[in-house]
Order: sequence, then structure tokens, then C-alpha cells
Amino acid sequence: MKKFKNSLEIRPFLALIVILLACEVLYRVMFGDSFFKITMVDGHFYGRLIDILRNGSKYVILAIGMTMVLATAGTDISVGSVMAIAASVACSIVDERILPSLHGNVFAAVLIALLVGALCGAWNGFLVAKLNVQPIVATMILLTAGRGIAQLVSDGKIVTINSDAYYFINGGYFLGLPIPFYIALFVLVIAIILTKRTALGMAIESIGINSESSRLSGILVSKNLWVIYIFCGIMAALTGIVESAGIKGADCNNCGLLYEMDGILAVALGGTALNGGRFSFVSSALGALIVQTISTVIYAFGVTPELTKVFKALIVVIICLAQSPIFMAKLKGIFSKKGSVAA
Amino acid sequence: MATKLLRMEHVNKSFPGVVALNDVEFSLEAGSIHALLGENGAGKSTLIKVLTGVEKMDGGEVYLDGNEIHVTSPFDAQKKGISTVYQEVNLCPDLSVAENIFIGREPKKHGHIDWKKINEDSKELIKEFDLNLDVTKKLGAFPVAVQQMIAIARAVDIKAKILILDEPTSSLSQAEVEKLFDIMRELKKRGLGIVFVTHFLDQVYEVTDTITVLRNGGYVGTYKTDELEKPALIGKMLGKDFDSLAEISVTQREAGENPEKFIDVENAGTAKIKNVSFSLNKGEVSGLSGLLGSGRTETARLLFGADKMTEGHIKIHDKNVSIKNPLDAIRCDIAFCSENRKTEGIIGELSIMDNIIIALQAKRGLMHVVSKKEAAEIADKYIKELNIKTPSRDQKIKNLSGGNQQKVLLARWLATDPELLIMDEPTRGIDIGAKAEIQRIVVDLAKTGMSCLFISSELEEMQRCCNTMYVLRDKKIVDKLSGDNITEANIMKSIAGEGEN
Repeated sequence: MKKFKNSLEIRPFLALIVILLACEVLYRVMFGDSFFKITMVDGHFYGRLIDILRNGSKYVILAIGMTMVLATAGTDISVGSVMAIAASVACSIVDERILPSLHGNVFAAVLIALLVGALCGAWNGFLVAKLNVQPIVATMILLTAGRGIAQLVSDGKIVTINSDAYYFINGGYFLGLPIPFYIALFVLVIAIILTKRTALGMAIESIGINSESSRLSGILVSKNLWVIYIFCGIMAALTGIVESAGIKGADCNNCGLLYEMDGILAVALGGTALNGGRFSFVSSALGALIVQTISTVIYAFGVTPELTKVFKALIVVIICLAQSPIFMAKLKGIFSKKGSVAA
Repeated sequence: MATKLLRMEHVNKSFPGVVALNDVEFSLEAGSIHALLGENGAGKSTLIKVLTGVEKMDGGEVYLDGNEIHVTSPFDAQKKGISTVYQEVNLCPDLSVAENIFIGREPKKHGHIDWKKINEDSKELIKEFDLNLDVTKKLGAFPVAVQQMIAIARAVDIKAKILILDEPTSSLSQAEVEKLFDIMRELKKRGLGIVFVTHFLDQVYEVTDTITVLRNGGYVGTYKTDELEKPALIGKMLGKDFDSLAEISVTQREAGENPEKFIDVENAGTAKIKNVSFSLNKGEVSGLSGLLGSGRTETARLLFGADKMTEGHIKIHDKNVSIKNPLDAIRCDIAFCSENRKTEGIIGELSIMDNIIIALQAKRGLMHVVSKKEAAEIADKYIKELNIKTPSRDQKIKNLSGGNQQKVLLARWLATDPELLIMDEPTRGIDIGAKAEIQRIVVDLAKTGMSCLFISSELEEMQRCCNTMYVLRDKKIVDKLSGDNITEANIMKSIAGEGEN
């Protein structure tokens, strides 16, 4: 029980539950209906929870890559641009705009887009691990240049595609649940195996806490960093693919816009310290679902578009305060004082 | 008798799982220098933290000039006249000397900071400390000793009544220590009460009037310095009789017969040091002696691949090996305890267990994970063998005292089962008990056939532990001493360069 209380996962888990329950209560009061209502159509589940699962999966994938990078006390702000590059590469191949010899093969398109993501990650890793450029500066290069590259690939146009196989990546179902959910689950399991079944997890933590001590303990710091940035690049590419399959095309200017911030936010809400050290993929995944839940809630309650950003910020502030031990202790102090006065 | 300047009574402080201070008392008279002594983990640091408002005490009273005070923060302590100078200078290296002295209390003229006054006053102030330097230069440009003087100057200038010096001498040379003592005596004449925390007992006898000893968070006693003899003092600090101490310092000096050669370094060099040639035998403790900056650490880092080797060869068991990074060295069964425990040793947020197994894990490769069970067994084994004081192996290493952290790092390297153990200043900044323990461990390891390379600034310690000794001067090995030739006199001679002709 104590172990459970101390684990990183508990706070984001509780936060998610609280938000969902609050929505349910509010929604019933306001609309007299259940926020959780799930219906079955054509053997698929429909409902807001399913939407959160489908759309949140993108953030989960992104957050998993980001978690690794942040745990090494680094950061990757290029993920949004990498999403755009991967999306335009994949869509251009499916559309037979580039590499026509592949005849729009979806499988090949996805594979090549992932490879391009890996290449982007390798570039970031090269700057950070080999040249010792500060991560935020190093990844800023791709943040700005990335969308240009994406436009080069797509000739500056919005690439629209017509491929049911590609749509399936986002819109498909398996056992009644949306495909992105399975992709996210698969990635989560792979990431956990990769870090827990090997000593990579410990290496990441120790690099994040004290990289020079880690190097002198025999950890090949720059090699590990390189691998981590490549992994993050692949995750960003995968997110871009899922996203483009959802909107049935690639828009270089808008695909993945500001996703780097959502990714970092998801990890932060999950409780991984942004200056390196202990991390948990499950926490970050929960954090990602919180990020998505907030968006879904805003639409479900019909908040006017002008207010959505303010509303989102408000919820984030509340969650952050709830996760701050200092704030909670103060709050407790206020309440116990009031209690004693009353008594 | 006049009222005491400072009186602390019945001070209690607990951290989760540890009682750091248990009913401790301490009192300080104006115009005196008072040594606060004890082993690592005795509670000295905690007592000072409580006094300066860094930590809140659980219970007890503090009286300043006879009035009870409640110190709420370090800033509050300063306002009340309690100033602290820490072992690690905690000023801002990127600000100028003058800015550092006046930070937080800048004199103003017409609403603007009066830079002229700041610079002039600073210059005036540090002159009193026999320092004559450009106060507009960045603080970080000066040696640590000077920075420390400036920290003291700042502390004195803000009208301190009490000056706390927390291990101020550990990074100073002998001459600098003398100068510091002169200043302390001068400040004492001015009526300041000085609390002096140190590990160097000789310095205690040189400069202090009174001694208070703490042990395991408890108060042992307060004594007049000239009435307490050194052996008795050590006994009080350790809670042992001096006889049992004498036994700790038993050493072996005879080299083994026909020792087997382990490593041969031929004309090796890195960016920092060139032309290093020497060899180390199995079953022997070899020492590297020399002044600070003579190339001792650079030589060690070269062997371990911590700095990139650019020339020369290294042979192990007469076979050429290539050591490009620390992992290569570890796989050649070399281990290296760095002199910088905090920045190059411990991984603070990780548990003791993870800190112990990390090098072994690296040696095996990240894909071959050391199982939880095996890790726990290894950790428990070394916690017991090296007598590491901790409630559990899951404790974060940063919560341990310096001596115990050092032992964990030693355990990290012993777990890799090395043939050569390099230790750079392993006993710096740790208490006598742990020091003697580490010395003995080194000698015992050599007896089991390990080759040890020992680096220390304390000649007496080197003399006791080493079978052979290389002396360095100006990044060159200038002499090799062995057996009975290893005497302090001979080492000094070599360091000074008198043995040349």
C-alpha cells in the first residue's frame, strides 16, 4: 500500500479520475445526460471516453518519447515539426507524389516516415550528444527548419490522400476499440520492456541526475543520449502518421503545431521532473490522457472558442497546484486552522 | 560571568528515520574561537543549519545576548548578526568581487545603485584582509582561497556578531590557512564569536579557545582547548579509547616478493599531461604524490580513460590494450574513485543499491540486467562489509554523510571485481574514523592481490599505506620511492626538486 502511495503514477491517476468524475457530475446537472455514455454502433463503441482514448493516444505516443528525453535532463522541442515532416513524407508516398515506384504502398510509406523520424532524432542526438549543444537550442533548429523541410517534400501544398488502408491507422477499430489506442498500448509496452528489462532505465535516470558521474561509472553517455533522441524522433513521426491519418492528409503548416508543448505538458502532469531523474511511462501516458480529456471536455461543454485556451490554462493550473506538495500542505493548514476555530 | 553571546539549549531535530540532534547544547562567548567537532554524521552541520535558519528545529531554545530568538531563514539569521561561510563558497562566481560583497544591500544614490561607492568600499574592506585585487573582476576568476576570504570579508562587513566557518580550510594551502587564522584572531580581538568547524585537529589546537564535541547527534561535552589533549579529544569524538584507535592505524609496508606486474604505461599522454611512464604491481599499494596541480589526478584519469589518450601505450599483463573511455577501463578491470565525490561520484537521487551496482551493470552491458535479487545481495554485502551506516539499501545516497558516501562509491568499484583500484583523495573531507577504515580497506585489498593506486595530499597517510610511491612535479614523474625510503622527508625533497643532482 505504501509503495503504491509513493509511486509516481498515483497522482496523475487520481487527477484523471477526479476530472472525469467532475465532468460527469457537471454534465448531468447541465444536460441531464451522462458524460460517460457509450453506445454500440456497427460493433464499434462510440462515446466521449472512446474519443478521449482515440485522440489521446497521439499524445501518449508523443509523451513516451518525450519522457525519455526529459528524464536525461534534456528536451526536444522539435517533435511538432518532425510530426509534420513524417506526415508529409507518408502522405506524399501514399499519394504517389514521391517514390512512385512504391505504388502508394501504405506499409512502405509508414516505414519510410518512421525512418525519416529516426533520422531527425539522430540529427538532434548528434548535436546534443556529440557536439554538446544545449538540448533546447539543438532541437530548436529542427523546430524552425522542420516545417520548411516538410514543405519541400509536399511542394508547399496540403497533401490530401485517398486510401482506406491509411485512414485505418486512425479511424479503424479492433475488438470495438480504436486502432490508435492499440498503437499507443504497443508503444507503451515496448518502452517499458526496453527500460525495465534492460538497464537502460537506470542509465537514463543516472544520466539525468549526474551525467559526469554516470560517464565515470562506465555508462556510455553520448551513445545512450543518441539512442534516446532517435527514439523520440521515431515516436514523433508515429504521432505525425496517426494525426495525418485522422485528417486524411498532411498540412505542413498545422500538423503537430504546438504539440511539443502538449508533449512536455503531458510529461509534467505525469510527474516526471523536467530537470531529469525519475520517470514513469505510465504516468506520462496518464498525463497525456489528461491533456486530451481537457480538450474533449471543453468541446463537450460547448465553451466558446475564444475561451478554450483560458479554460485549458485554468485546468492545468489547478492540476499543477494539486500536485504541489507545498500548496497542498498550505491548504491543509488553512483548513485545519478553520477546523480548530470552529471547534 | 557576563552573559554568553549565544546559548542553544535542548536542541532537538529529526529527519525521517534519523534523529540528527538529541538534546544538544552549545554556547559561545564573545571574543572567542570555538571549535565544533565530531565525526561525519555527528550533527555538526545540522546544528549549524538550525542556528542559521536553514532547517527548523523540532524543539529547544536559542538565546542571543540573553534574549530568546527564533531564526526563521538564513536572511533572518544575517539580520540578527549570524553569518556563515561554507566549505563550498556560496557566492556568485559570475558577479564581480564588489557586487558579491554588496549583493542584497547595495548603497543607493538618487534611486540608483552607487557603483562608485560599492567599488571603493569593497576595495577598502578587502585591504583589511591583506588582499589587493581588482574588485570589478569576476569573483570566479580568483582562486578558491581568495573567494573564501572575500566571503569572510562580506560576512564580517554585514556587522556580524557571530561568524560560523564551516570547514573553511579544506581547500586552502598551508600559507592561506595561516592567513585565515591571522584574520580569525584579529576578528576575535574585535569581539566576534567565531564557530569553527573542521576535520583538522592540528588547526583546532592552533587557533581555538574552546571545543564542543558532538557524537551521533548527542552532546558529548565542552572543554577548554588547552586542557584537553589530542588523544582524549579523539577518544571523545569516536567514543572509543585511544588504544583501540592505535590499532586501526596498523599498516603493512613490506612489498610482496617477486610481485607480478599488472599494468605498464609507456609514454602515454592526454591533452592535459604528456609522457607518462610507470608500472604497477599486483598486491601493492602505489602512491602518487605531489602538490596540487602536479598532475596526480591527470595521471589517474589517463589510466581510466576519463580523458582521451592521445599518445603512447598501455599494457595489461604484457598485452597492449586500448582504453578509449571509462567503460573500456572498467572492462580491463580498472576502477577509479574520483576526488570530486559530489560531481563525479555519487548519483544523488538514486538509491544506495543503484549507486553500488551501476558500474557492474555498465561492465556487463546494459542489455544484461543485474537482477533485483542479485543487486540487493551485492548491496547488502557491501553495506555490511564496509560498515556503511544507513537504515536501508533503498535510501538515496545524497542523504548519507560524506564518509558513508565514499564507502558506497568504494563498494561500487569493488562490486566490479577490479584488479586495479585507483583512489583519488578518498579520505578528503571525511572524519578520522572513516579515514582509518578506508586506509585499512586499501591495505587489505592489496593483500588479496589487488593493485591499488592511492592519491592523497596527506603525506602521513601516504607514507603509511604505500609500498611504492611516484612523485610528480610540474606534470612529470620525477622520482620513485619504495619501501623504507618512503619517508615524509624524502617525499618533500623530491617534490621540492632537491634530489635531482
